[in-house]
Formats: sequence, C-alpha cells, structure tokens
Amino acid sequence: MTTTETTSGSKVLGQRVLRREDPELLTGEAKFSDDLAIPGALHMAVLRSTVAHGRITSIDTSAARSRPGVVAVYTYQDLKDDWAGPMPCAWPVTADMKNPAHFPLANGNVNYVGDGVAVVVAESKTAAVDALEAIEVDYEELDPVLDLEESISDSNVIHSEIGTNLSYTWELIPNKDAVDEAFAKAAHTVSERYIQQRLVPSAMEPRSVVVVPAPFGGDYTVYSATQVPHILKVMLALTVGISETKLRVVAPSVGGGFGSKLNVYAEEVLALALARKLRRPVRWTEERSENAVATIHGRGQIQNIELAADADGKVTAVRVNLVADMGAYLQLVTPGIPLLGAFLYHGVYDIPNYSFTCRSVFTNKTPTDAYRGAGRPEATYAIERAMDALARKLGVSAVEIRKRNFIPAESFPYSSSAGLVFDSGDYLTNFNKALDMVGMDELLAEKKLRIDAGSRKLLGIGISFFVEMCGLAPSRVLASLNYGAGGWEAATVRILPTSKIQVVTGTAPHGQGHETAWSMIVAEKLGVPMADIEVLHSDTAIAPYGMDTYGSRSLAVGGTAIHIATERVLDKAKAIAAHQLEVAEEDLDYAEGIFTVKGSPDRAFPLAAAAFEAFTAHNLPDGMEPNLEASVTWDPPNFTFPYGSHIAVVEVDTETGKVDLVRYQAVDDCGNRVNPLIIEGQVHGGIAQGVAQALFEEAAYDSAGNLLSATLADYLVPSAAELPSFELGETVTPSPTNPLGVKGIGEAGTIASTPAVMNAVVDALSHLGVENIEMPASPERVWRAIDGATRR
Amino acid sequence: MFPSTFDYVRAGSVAEAISILDGSEDAKLIAGGHSLLPLMKLRLAAPSTLVDIGRLSELSFIEDRGDHVAIGALTRHRDLETSAVLKNSVPILSHVAGEVGDPAVRHRGTIGGSIAHGDGASDLPAAVLALDATMVVRSAAGERTVPATSFFKGFLETDLAQGEVLTEIRVPKTSGGWSYKKFNRRAQDWAIVGVAVVRNGSTRISLVNMGSTPLRASASENAINQGASIEEAAHLASEGIDPPSDLNASAEYRRHLASVLVRRALQEASA
Repeated sequence: MTTTETTSGSKVLGQRVLRREDPELLTGEAKFSDDLAIPGALHMAVLRSTVAHGRITSIDTSAARSRPGVVAVYTYQDLKDDWAGPMPCAWPVTADMKNPAHFPLANGNVNYVGDGVAVVVAESKTAAVDALEAIEVDYEELDPVLDLEESISDSNVIHSEIGTNLSYTWELIPNKDAVDEAFAKAAHTVSERYIQQRLVPSAMEPRSVVVVPAPFGGDYTVYSATQVPHILKVMLALTVGISETKLRVVAPSVGGGFGSKLNVYAEEVLALALARKLRRPVRWTEERSENAVATIHGRGQIQNIELAADADGKVTAVRVNLVADMGAYLQLVTPGIPLLGAFLYHGVYDIPNYSFTCRSVFTNKTPTDAYRGAGRPEATYAIERAMDALARKLGVSAVEIRKRNFIPAESFPYSSSAGLVFDSGDYLTNFNKALDMVGMDELLAEKKLRIDAGSRKLLGIGISFFVEMCGLAPSRVLASLNYGAGGWEAATVRILPTSKIQVVTGTAPHGQGHETAWSMIVAEKLGVPMADIEVLHSDTAIAPYGMDTYGSRSLAVGGTAIHIATERVLDKAKAIAAHQLEVAEEDLDYAEGIFTVKGSPDRAFPLAAAAFEAFTAHNLPDGMEPNLEASVTWDPPNFTFPYGSHIAVVEVDTETGKVDLVRYQAVDDCGNRVNPLIIEGQVHGGIAQGVAQALFEEAAYDSAGNLLSATLADYLVPSAAELPSFELGETVTPSPTNPLGVKGIGEAGTIASTPAVMNAVVDALSHLGVENIEMPASPERVWRAIDGATRR
Repeated sequence: MFPSTFDYVRAGSVAEAISILDGSEDAKLIAGGHSLLPLMKLRLAAPSTLVDIGRLSELSFIEDRGDHVAIGALTRHRDLETSAVLKNSVPILSHVAGEVGDPAVRHRGTIGGSIAHGDGASDLPAAVLALDATMVVRSAAGERTVPATSFFKGFLETDLAQGEVLTEIRVPKTSGGWSYKKFNRRAQDWAIVGVAVVRNGSTRISLVNMGSTPLRASASENAINQGASIEEAAHLASEGIDPPSDLNASAEYRRHLASVLVRRALQEASA
C-alpha cells in the first residue's frame, strides 16, 4: 500500500478496503430492475423506425392488437393526452437554442433508425415482441442528414418547424483581438482537424424500467436502471403530469451507466403513462440491439484546433471551432456536453489567449448525450494531439513541448484564460514521475533501433497529459451555463439507539463502490467499525434529496456532505457527553468511539451512550433536540481539477496495419486517495474505455442512416485480451476545494487514454510522414495511412 | 433478442433425429447452438422445429483409425483443443479449435455444428478444407461420404440435404509443417482473414472469410507445389477470389491481408 503525507494520519482513509458491494454482485444475488418479481406486470415493447428520416403515411395496428396476449397497441395519436409535455431537455445552453418537440413516440415524422413509432403492451415479453412484427407501417422516405458539415449547410432541414439544423452557437472568446494578434505574430502555427467518432456507451446492464401503481391513492413506484433517480423523479412528474409527492423512484442494482443512464428516456415516460392508463404494473427491458440505437450515443464532433506559438514553442493562443452532433433530438443534457469541454482546450498549458466556438447541429441519428468524460475527452484529445503536431513542426520532442508550456506549480490557484480557477497542481513533478516509471529514454532508444533495423513492428510512444474539471459543480456556475439544476449534494448521518449508523446519500452509485467509500469516510471520523455503518441510497423515499451520480462528482461533493454531516453528529454527541460528564466540551478528547476528559482518561463516555441518551432524551442539555442526526447539503465553491500523465506504447505491424497496445503507464493525481483499490479499478476501466475509442469502437452508419455496428459482434468493445496490464502510479496534490482534499477519478482514464494511444500510433509512423489517422485506428486505416505516406 | 416461436424436440438417437427431420420442411438440428441461436434471436432464421442432438454422446469421440483420425460431429471445440490424439496426429486441428471464439463458446460449440453451418468466416471449415477431410453423412437412405472440397456450397449452404445428419469428420493424419494465421481485432472475433497451411506431401492452403464459403487458395497452392518461392506464391493468394467488404475490411484490404498471411503461414509451415 502507498501511504501519503496527507493521509498518513488516517486509520481508514487510504486503505485498500475490499468493496462491500462485491459479494452480492459477484455471486449473482444482486437484484437489477429486470430481476424484480412483480406479479401481474404487463410487458412493453417498442416498434422502432427502420427509416432514418421519413414521414409515417400509415400505421395499422389491428393485426397486432388481435394477437394472443396483447393488451393494447398505441401510437402517438392514441397517447397524445397521456403526457403533460415533451421529453425534457434540462440544459438550454443559449436563450435562442432550437429544441424541436420530442415525444415518446414519433408524431408524424421519424428522425432516426430507432425512433419509437408504436408501443405494444402484452401479458408476456414474448407476446409483446412477437406483436411488433404484426404492425404495418408505411413510410414516405426522405433523404437523411448524416454528415455534420452537410447538416450545418441547411441544404436539407430535418425539423421543418425550427427551420434549421443548427441548434445553437456557443462562444467563449474573452478577447478576440488578442487571439487574432497572437496568431498574426506567431512564429509557428498548427491547424489540425480531428474527428470524434460516435460511440455506443454499452453498459453491461441494458436499460430497464418497472412501474408499479399502488392499488389506490394514485402513487407510483418507478424502478429504473438509472444513474439519476432524483432527477428522473422530478422530470417524470413534470413530463407525465403526476404530482411529485405521488412518485417514488428507486434505482436497484445498476450495472454501469457511463452517462448513458444520466437521462430521461421515452420508455420511462411510456411505462409510467401506461401504468396509469391501464392500472397495472408495466415493465420493459431493453434488448442489446435496441441499446445500440435507442440509448444515447457519445462523442460525435468535428474539431478544428489551431495553436499559435512563439519561436521557442511557447504557445500563445488556442482557437477551437467545433461542430457537435446532437443527433435527432435534444435529450436531457445533450446540448451541454460540448460545454463541459469548452473551458479545457488549453489543457495543462499556460496559454494566455483563448477562443472557443461550438456549433451544434441535428442529424438523422440517435441522439447524443453524456458519455464518460462528456466534453473533456474531446478537449483533451484535441489539445494533446495538437501539442504533438506542434512538437513535430518545431522539431522538438513531445516531452519537451509539454515541459515548455506547463502551468507552473507556483501559479496555483491558477486563473485560466478560459475563465476557470484551477484548484491545485504540480504538473512537472507528476510528468517526471511518469517518464521515469515508463523508462522513456529506453523506449526512445528501442524505437530508433527498430526503425534502423527496418523492423516490420515499429514502436510508438504516445503522451497525454490531461486535466479535467469535475466534482460537478458549484450551483452558481451551473446557473451561468444555463444548466437546469444545482450542483449540490445531500447527506444525512444518524446514529441509531443501538449505536448502529445510517448514512443517507443523494448519490446514486451504479458500480462505483459508494457504500464502501462512504462508510470509510464515516468510520474515519467516528473511529467506529465499518461494519456498524449502513449506506442508504438510490430510493427517493429514503433519500429524498439528491443530485445523483455523474461527472466524477460523488466523492468531492457527496462525500464531502457526508464528512460534514458526520462532524455535526459528532459535535452533538460531544455536547451530550460533556453534559453527562459535567465538563466543558473543549475539555473532551475523542477517539475510537469514546469521549474522555482531558487529563483524566478514566472519565469516559462512549458515543454509543450518547446515541442512547439522544434517543431517550431523558437528560439532554437544555434546548437540545432529541436524536443524533445531522443533514447537510453541500454546494461546492469550485470544481476540482484532477490531472495526470498517461503514456501509451504501441507496436504497429507495418504490413497489416494492426496496432497492439503493449504498455500503458498512468500517473494520476486525484487529490487525497480514499480507497486506492477503487481508484485503480476506475482507472483501469477508464483507460480501457478510452483505448476503445482510439482503436476499436465506432458507431458506423451506412448511407441510408442504418447503424451498421448494432451488435456486440460488430461494435468492438475490447476485452482484457486486447489490453496490457496497466502500470499505475500517483502523485497526491490535495484539493483546497473540499475538506477531504479529494478531486475525482471516475472519468480520468477515459479522458487521458484516447490521445495517448493515438499519439503513440502517429509517433510510430511519423518518420514515414504520417501525421494523422482517424479513430478508431483500425488495421485497414493504419495500413492505408502507411501506404499513402510511403507512396508520397 | 427473442427468437420466434418454435417447437423443440430432443432426439434420443441419430435415427430419431433423422426421422424428425424427414417429417418436417424446415426443422433444424441444434447441438451447441452457437451459430444457429444468434441467427434465430436476430430473427434471421425461424425454423419451426429444433431437433436437439446435443446429448447424443455416441457422436462425441476422437479416434485414431490408422491413417486418419475420426471425430464425432458432437465433439466440442474444447475437446479438440485438448485432444492428445489430435495434437499428435493432426496438430493444426487442435490448434485451430483453440482459436474459435472464447472459452464459453469452445465448451459449447461442436465441430459438426460449425462445419454443417458452413460459415466462410469460421475457423474449422477452413481447417478441414486444408486437411482434405471427409464428411460422413447419414440419412434414412444410409450413409455417404463427402470430401471437404465439395461440401461447402455457398453462403451458409452445404451439401447436406434436409433429412441428413453430419455424423463424423475423418481427417487424414499429417506429418509435415502447418500454420494457422488468424487475423482479427479482438481475440474472440471471427477472422477478418485467416489462412491455414498444411504441408503433407503437397501443400494445401485454405482461406477464411475471403468468400461466402471457406476457399482454397488454388493459385498459391499450384505455384508453391510447382516450385515457386513463398513470396511468389503469396502474391497469388487471392487470385480468382472475390472477397467481401464489411465494417472491418474492404475487399482490397482483404486481398492484401491474404497475401501477407499466406506468406507468413507458408514461412511458418516451412520453418
């Protein structure tokens, strides 16, 4: 175990505590939404458009209705009075943003393959699915808009009611003249164009929802495979038109989300509306091939990035123009995703002049939305690729160009040209550690040796140094970005009469290990066994307030709320102990569950006794309320800014174009480390997901707008067999933003690894003249790049 | 991912399976289910009846028969992979079986199922083609044998007629060099292109996923058997062959890969 200066005084924090969630997950005992036994439930199935862009000229559901086991078949027209409003988008990023009306079922037009056209409700899942084939739909097919630059030309407008394919233009240009001047005076410039391909998030558990109406009283319980039970409750109340007091949302065990379950989906609205209409439980679980088209996609951008640099390679300005793919409609936070990266296109470099413009457009494809990293992987990719391009132009190494441009350690807190204040960092120390651990000099020598020997297996070394903004987020900052909610998190800590402890959190874990980590935070503060602590979450009846789990926010915001609530409970217990011992509070020490009088350790009062006193309330200090409980809602004063060096080593087979990732070194700094085991798990999975974008995954469409990679045989999620054993290190720079000094680690690996791998691929081939390869760097793409370069 | 409704019958013997097939227009045999069930779940296949022969242990064997090894059609890939008889007498087949899918697939899938499915992108059909194996087919009319070279007819189409059951694969023993080069992006995937080379007196070369069936690289074979260099032979790998284009590879790239892999396989088999 690695101990650090900042956590060495801790007994629990920093320990590699095994995840208490794992036994039931690993033995299959955990209950996911689809596992819930709900007597009398009806099964829902959705007929989806097979046409990317078209007009529904007729729908005949009569044959489907008469099939055995079918209860009802509905189209938009049948249900238009069963909801109170369109599907919600909670992030109107500009006042004039165009948001076409979007309903759970298509109203006349279909706008992507997968768009819901009709819904079947039946007594069994198979009856519902079989009935789909009996529904007759005729479409008048329209030309689909698939290409982003074609979309922006408005030569073919998808949503005629808004008259344009441009949803919004968003700019962050603090001083345009200064940017222009920096480019005019630059000794060197680079201008790069990168494509962020669309990705299918592919959580292991597909989406699933079960709505159970109470027999009377009009109450509904919604079980959903969601990351956001609290947000879902609010949005379902508004969208379906049910009092929020009548809705309870529960997220049972949830098998991954990666942002794809940070949403409000048509099937959740349909299941609730139909449970109300039919007065029976209604359930639906997504099929894997539906997941590919009916759950949001990630990424989808064309990035133009320009750097201006002086003669020494010091970057003086960055100018970015994005075109972002919204897909067919705006989902919950679709338009905000590019903004989460908008402030980070200068990366870890001290670049004084900043210009960012994003134009976001509609296409006839599945809507995009948050996918692990959400905006920040795209930003990191662009700046880290462009820094390598600049290094090549100057003839300096990828290491040197970075060292010349790092934000210096002494300038933290650092006010960036994009308007953020970076909390803490020491980039050079972190970078040097990574270079040392990976053995950069030996790698460079080996690379040269292979080139000189004419080897068919070339070596490439790729560096990516990332910083991200997470711990979403200060509510006032979110307000300035027009986000439709706050960024706080709620917690309640209560010590029960028998001294067992309940921790209620508004975070909604779906694989992260919150029950373990939150117990550690409380156990650290109270000095009690973790086994006495129970963490309750993901049920709006138990945890009424919460902002849920996404954006690497749960530890920095939710963990902090728990930490403060624990402090308050301990303070109250101390007042009770002082009262009982008839001493002043400041005369008490506390350790491992026992208050003692300073200088008289035999005069003691246990925390457990204070809990029981608080319960009986027989002898509390005057004016003190009974019960030992504290509730805290924490709104962070700033984002947190984790960072780190990631270095990928690839071998490229120059005959076949195949890229093998042979080594991967990461040195992450996520502030103080609560549980290194969980951190490493997050980094491992994160790296794998980012490598997947670089080398394997792509939501590929044909010219008619059909998703070609719609099964897991065609959509290449890599497995452990394609990946090396990751080599991890760390530095620890506590965040001053919260009392735990923590930052966040859920997205770090994904943000960093994609450019590391792509820089490595290009590095292996740059002596041949290869400067860029589109992602994923498939064997054929790499072979063609080599072929093209060697023919020049 | 739900198949259409179908009837299910578990056959107690090969004879019973044949009689059920004879009484049905579109009944399909199922053994490991690893080729047929995905098609059914995607509703690309919808047989009215499945005849489960998966438990007919009489068809699971690997026997040394002097000049050849006889393999029961229901022998699992995992059993081929670990068979001492195969490792000794037909090592390429044991190796190729270990390249199929992932461990879960290899413990369920059967050699007969893979060959009867006749997928040009699968490993084992190309292996038996390079090995000049013989298929033993049984029906109500009796038993017949079909050489691998005339067994694979078209896209997922073989010489098997309705009412016929593939019962055994007879594979000549090999003594010379061999190689199997499987090129893919993920370990468990089908080959983008695969090449099997068997040197057993003459040299035979077969190709995976270069057409709708497994194919022999005849031009390369002829060249190498007539004394051409490995490089020369490899250049001819896709001559007369019209490979498919898909998400993983264009036809042009497949031709290139075939040449590279044939060269590498010939080099390895000659080493």
